[in-house]
Amino acid sequence: MARYDSLLDALGGTPLVGLPRLSPSERVRIWAKLEDRNPTGSIKDRPALAMIEAAERDGVLRPGATILEPTSGNTGISLAMAAKLKGYGLVCVMPENTSTERKQLLQAYGARIVFSPAAGGSNQAVAAAKDLAKQNPDWVMLYQYGNPANAEAHFRGTGPEILRDLPTITHFVAGLGTTGTLVGVGRYLRGEKPDVQIIAAEPRYGELVYGLRNLDEGFVPELYDESVLTGRYSVGSYDALRRTRQLLETEGIFAGISTGAILHAALAVAQKAEVAGKVADIVFVVADAGWKYLSTGAYAGTLDEAAERLDGHLWA
Amino acid sequence: MAVTVSIPTILRTHTGGEKSVAAEGSTLAEVIESLETNHGGLKARLVKEGVLHRFVNVYVNDEDVRFAGGLEAAVKDGDNVTILPAVAGG
Repeated sequence: MARYDSLLDALGGTPLVGLPRLSPSERVRIWAKLEDRNPTGSIKDRPALAMIEAAERDGVLRPGATILEPTSGNTGISLAMAAKLKGYGLVCVMPENTSTERKQLLQAYGARIVFSPAAGGSNQAVAAAKDLAKQNPDWVMLYQYGNPANAEAHFRGTGPEILRDLPTITHFVAGLGTTGTLVGVGRYLRGEKPDVQIIAAEPRYGELVYGLRNLDEGFVPELYDESVLTGRYSVGSYDALRRTRQLLETEGIFAGISTGAILHAALAVAQKAEVAGKVADIVFVVADAGWKYLSTGAYAGTLDEAAERLDGHLWA
Repeated sequence: MAVTVSIPTILRTHTGGEKSVAAEGSTLAEVIESLETNHGGLKARLVKEGVLHRFVNVYVNDEDVRFAGGLEAAVKDGDNVTILPAVAGG
């Protein structure tokens, strides 16, 4: 049944679709988990709602409270929708080099945005949010990078959905940001099928984003658990864009740019399985659709032009 | 084995501002020794107590070496080695 009492209840239960044209053969098949089919159009609805509900259960989040969160976009949009429906305020700390659609959506939902400098990317947003939390002790920072409810949402939701729909799964490929998706789904799948490979695709940005003053300002999310992963790829904006367009042209899926990076890693894994003569069912995550990135020029002109326009943008 | 190593902005003080330098070796550890010979000080920034610095990620042809043997990860002639600081996503 596809009837729900409210938008929040429509979370999850997303389709898993085969990609017959992108799969290398009948033996090595690639499947897309369409997480853009969530209430606000991204996989982040799962952790956002889970973190809010956990904070409500713990009594940390009370009616009328203000939520604070560092986010480059999707988590903020998910929180903004849920906060609106549940009667909370929301302050998002966001790097200024994210797409204009993300900013407009957050503002449409009534969220307040505090911008952090483009140089330093999300690291700076995290640091700025921690400062704001100290100055405003009555605000509730859910902190997606370290909140166990983030990974838990995928352990209880995304992971079981995938295994139910594809018991023959051999590989799971997802984006590495907060690490919640990979750690949550990875723990669940490996608990059920210890041989499943868990592969991370992380975005490689232009140099601006890595503008730290020293290495000790680097950041690894508290949720990250290296032992859950079996591989990790770094994907630059050119390859991410190339795969985003390929996904649209060959399989009709209009996805965001981070999904292109994830597909790039999935195809590398598929190629390895094909060469090794193995049978594989590879699931990758479509994290969101392309709508929020149209203004970046990702879908227009040549790949080189689009990659150049994207340089310095946070696209995942 | 000759490889190309991309150096992040933050470590270019050791390479005279060069973005990309040549190095030799058949494992990552050997590549780092080779880097140290020509660009003194780099090794201490990359390796702490015998393992890669927590906030340094190294990729051989885009694959994270931590899942390919760490410092013992194999490199082949013509490989691209990329060094990047760990940053937040999400």
